[in-house]
Amino acid sequence: MEYTIFIILLPLFMFLFLGLAGNKMKPVSAGILGTASLATSALLSYSTAWQYFTTPRIEGVFPAVTPINIEWLRFTEHLHIDLGILLDPISVMMLVVITTVSLMVHIYSFGYMHGEKGFQRYYAFLSLFTFSMLGLVVATNIFQMYIFWELVGVSSYLLIGFYYTKPAAIAASKKAFIVTRFADLGFLIGILVLSFYSKTFNFEALCSGDLPTLSAAAGQTFMGCSVLAWGLGLCFVGGAGKSAMFPLHIWLPDAMEGPTPVSALIHAATMVVAGVYLVARMFPLYIDYAPNVLVWIGYIGAFTSLYAAIVACVQTDIKRVLAFSTISQIGFMFVGLGVSGMGGHHGLGYMAAMFHLFTHAMFKALLFLGAGAIIHAVHSNEMKDMGQLRRQLPITHITFLIACLAISGIPPFSGFFSKDEILAAAFQFSPVMGWFMSFVAALTAFYMFRLYYNIFWGKASKHEHTPHEAPASMTTPLIILAAITCVAGFIPFGEFVSSNGQPYIIHIDSTVAITSVVIALISISIATIFYRKTSVIPERLARTFHGLYTAASHRFYIDEVYLFITKNIIFKHISAPIAWFDRHIIDGAMNLLATGTQKTAYAIRGFQSGQIQQYAWVFLVGTLLIISLLLFI
Amino acid sequence: MNFLSLFVAIPLLMMLGLFIARNMTQIRTVMATGSALLLILASVLTCIYLSERSAGNTAEMLFMADTLWYAPLNIHYAVGVDGISVAMLLLSAIIVFTGTFASWRMAVLPKEYFMWFCLLSLGVFGFFISIDLFTMFMFYEIALIPMYLLIGVWGSGRKEYAAMKLTLMLMGGSALLLIGILGIYFNSDAQGGPLTMNLLQIAQVNIPIEAQRIFFPLTFLGFGVLGALFPFHTWSPDGHASAPTAVSMLHAGVLMKLGGYGCFRVAIYLMPEAAHELSWIFIILTSISVVYGAFSAIVQKDLKYINAYSSVSHCGLVLFAILMLNQTAMTGAVLQMLSHGLMTALFFALIGMIYGRTHTRNIDEMGGLMKIMPFLSVCYIIAGLANLGLPGLSGFVAEMTIFVGSFQNTDLFHRVVTILACTSIVITAVYILRVVGKLLYGKVVNEHHRKLTDATWDERFAVICLIFAIAGLGLAPLWMSDMISGSVLPVISQLMN
Amino acid sequence: MGIQVEYYLIVSTIMLFAGIYGFLTRRNLLAMLISVELILNSADINFAVFNRYLFPDKLEGFFFTLFSIGISAAETAVAIAIIINIYRNIQNIQVKDIDKMKH
Repeated sequence: MEYTIFIILLPLFMFLFLGLAGNKMKPVSAGILGTASLATSALLSYSTAWQYFTTPRIEGVFPAVTPINIEWLRFTEHLHIDLGILLDPISVMMLVVITTVSLMVHIYSFGYMHGEKGFQRYYAFLSLFTFSMLGLVVATNIFQMYIFWELVGVSSYLLIGFYYTKPAAIAASKKAFIVTRFADLGFLIGILVLSFYSKTFNFEALCSGDLPTLSAAAGQTFMGCSVLAWGLGLCFVGGAGKSAMFPLHIWLPDAMEGPTPVSALIHAATMVVAGVYLVARMFPLYIDYAPNVLVWIGYIGAFTSLYAAIVACVQTDIKRVLAFSTISQIGFMFVGLGVSGMGGHHGLGYMAAMFHLFTHAMFKALLFLGAGAIIHAVHSNEMKDMGQLRRQLPITHITFLIACLAISGIPPFSGFFSKDEILAAAFQFSPVMGWFMSFVAALTAFYMFRLYYNIFWGKASKHEHTPHEAPASMTTPLIILAAITCVAGFIPFGEFVSSNGQPYIIHIDSTVAITSVVIALISISIATIFYRKTSVIPERLARTFHGLYTAASHRFYIDEVYLFITKNIIFKHISAPIAWFDRHIIDGAMNLLATGTQKTAYAIRGFQSGQIQQYAWVFLVGTLLIISLLLFI
Repeated sequence: MNFLSLFVAIPLLMMLGLFIARNMTQIRTVMATGSALLLILASVLTCIYLSERSAGNTAEMLFMADTLWYAPLNIHYAVGVDGISVAMLLLSAIIVFTGTFASWRMAVLPKEYFMWFCLLSLGVFGFFISIDLFTMFMFYEIALIPMYLLIGVWGSGRKEYAAMKLTLMLMGGSALLLIGILGIYFNSDAQGGPLTMNLLQIAQVNIPIEAQRIFFPLTFLGFGVLGALFPFHTWSPDGHASAPTAVSMLHAGVLMKLGGYGCFRVAIYLMPEAAHELSWIFIILTSISVVYGAFSAIVQKDLKYINAYSSVSHCGLVLFAILMLNQTAMTGAVLQMLSHGLMTALFFALIGMIYGRTHTRNIDEMGGLMKIMPFLSVCYIIAGLANLGLPGLSGFVAEMTIFVGSFQNTDLFHRVVTILACTSIVITAVYILRVVGKLLYGKVVNEHHRKLTDATWDERFAVICLIFAIAGLGLAPLWMSDMISGSVLPVISQLMN
Repeated sequence: MGIQVEYYLIVSTIMLFAGIYGFLTRRNLLAMLISVELILNSADINFAVFNRYLFPDKLEGFFFTLFSIGISAAETAVAIAIIINIYRNIQNIQVKDIDKMKH
């Protein structure tokens, strides 16, 4: 399957080409080129997936294939970074997801970005992002992943800051990069720890389960925890940063300053699940050497999903609602991984998390693209500028509704199947976790339908131009994604992806399924009562729970805490004093030395008066002194 | 005559050519030809070196030549190169070449300016090819002196102050260094042989540990001052801020590397026992450099100061990695020298070009340059991304090699400082993005800036050459890293014994 | 025997101290130059006298005297040239005013 390399190289080539020659081209031709190359990539990934999953299993599992692996940089005898392609069920699944969503976004952007300045640049960046993300998922070793991890971060930075004259966009891009960089520091140290003890970067070696160096290192502890747990925990910090887990989530809502298709691609479907993918990639390691870390990952995921869901209930910017919903859904995925064990029924959570990743990518991209179509129509992100749009935007309305139903977990849409599996896994782990996640699922349904009703029902607001449906280039991706959302749930996902690779037959646990559907329906009805028509209940509730409401709409002041830390602590109390110290103490000491020398020189320069007779006197007296010394001593 | 001596001969000939040049065209011709020749020579040297190595030549130094220069003190003009010097020569040649183009339109006393510039590069090249301590030291001094005039005459701002400060501090460093070198020299006869200045011969004898304890810190400090070792780094912000563009490039790009190279080649190589014993002191100092420089850069307002402090941080990382005393980290150190050289040269070139247009370097007085000078701005972003260690550009390769290498030391102290040094990648991101956000993005702050123009062809050429080198090193690092790590081995085996 | 050697020495000593005194106290460059000549001539006298009285069969002392006279003539010429140049520059040959080179 050597041709897989082209899946990755095509976008890279397109990035270089559009980046260098884009300005000389017409915007449309740049767009067509970018889209065509991505379509080729997508086709190649479908063919890869087809070929991969149709080759017969060996001992019940799809074998991992490494068609290409080139040594790129050597550190020591054992440690070397390779660049290569690793095909195994999850990476093939991710290839399909990324190229599909990216292709949809490419097509969609034709309409959405039409006439924008820097259209070519936009497509160049999209290609760069796609390249990096694809490189990330096919990484053969942890360092390759880190390389593309950083590249993904940069492309996200560039795309969020696409409107580079807008202060909010600049700030958001900076914030996104720095927060994720901070998390990457954890990832890097995690890699250092892990690779030091395992003597390899290679995923296959790491996850093979019988690496002698690893078992030898398992006994070593540092501050009460095994060193491997430290390493894996730190790697998760990196994942948490990219996947916007609490408290590193703050960059994601701000990242919505970027163009909406970008939010759909990067901040909903692909990049933000990189953390989930990272944990899934090293899942055997977590199970074997750091089960307690894995449990903590689950807890963090659960807490984040609740937190984000509550915040999403009170946001008024539709993209921010979706952003928080993304955070919440990624929390679901982490819960899935956290509660999972290895193999068979215990491994349900793993399978469910991957399944949810897959379905979520599709319906969340759909939601974002739908939101883009709405914003395109009304030129605003705020809910109050919308309402009663279902007549003007019929296609957007239907597709958006499908996505809302999917994310709320209503059968037969895809979200139901995957979320249900996660809930089942959570119940299997502990009932408390199960009910907790069910509650979050209820909140999900509520805020999604709050969003839906506020946009398409509720009270109509005045517009300068009558909102009209988006052009075909924008609606086509919506329809395709909606179709995928309708059918994706019926894919026998467990056949392809499971914790140990053995086929796993998904069977719907009827108790959990019925409970979750009932809960979702109740939430939806509440949302219907509240928001379908203008109602006073939400306002009254907001007044009753005033404190909670304000806190939630300020996202529980986490941003303020960060602002305090960066502005006050780092800038005012670390950097500024250091700079002062440098100028005044260190440099002052050097200047003092110089001044001291100068002062001394001034003090003794009287001896060199230039008056010859004075010298003669000194000379004479000196001579006489020496003579008398010689004569009398 | 050994062909390595061409590295010294060409700048000399360039000076001669400049001396007889009559007008700007002739000056430019001489400079362009000479620096291109140097670049070609360095590339050819790299190729020959690699082919020699792959042909199985395992000598420590290749292309050696030795001429007795002053018999009573047994001083030789001895030259020879290993992978590290080849890498450094290549770096210097690239920067001299691009520096020439960056000062293509030098208006004030161009002839004298370029003559000093050539003398400076003569010193630099001579330093990297020497394997005799005395000639090394001599070339080191030759490289330092022109700085004074170049900054003092062609600089900007508080140029006399900066020139004086820089020269005095570096001279102070070389005073320590001279003592160190003499100490090594007088202890180089442990087996009763004649005293020698030759590096390779000294490496064969064991300098008594008592002597090493005295002379290792002196030598390390002496070179460390040039490598911007905390707390002797304050010449760097002032010096860089006042220096003209090409001089900043050459200084930050190459001259600061003399420090790292010297620490490696003289201090560690010749006095390995003391290096083991005393490295902890310098490790503390360098890790302070790394973090402290980065934090200082966050709040600076002058573009050159930001970059100078960032250099303090990155050069600190070079010395830090050298002190980790293992092969991977030392390879990383040399890679970092290369990468930092290219990156800062690019940065200073760009800052010079921006300053030449806006006549200010204060980031508060500029903004939205992306709209006005897209080419320079995009290059600035690339330089910034290289600086914060984006994979695919050179910074990443170097930093990762250093971090992985440093982490191979198992004790807690090394681990802690390594993690501390790792934090610099976050802080670097903060100051780089801050500058990019303020300077390039956003709205145009000063309306007069709207009529400024983008880069001219010579500027573009210089910048593109540097970006090409940065990306080349970043995308295909293996050959370079192999070349370097092979040459680090002798030092490692010294350390092991 | 004619005149005793002490008499010559007394004369030359007086000349020497007169010269030193003049050199230290006079503010005029020309006067200082004259004083220097006095010192030199006192030394010349000593050379001649010691040669005559201690080593009558040798001539080194006389030669040295002649040599010294030649030197002092050259020196005087140089000094006067300098003085004239100083005078041209500052219209003055007072020694206290000539400290321009000190800074």
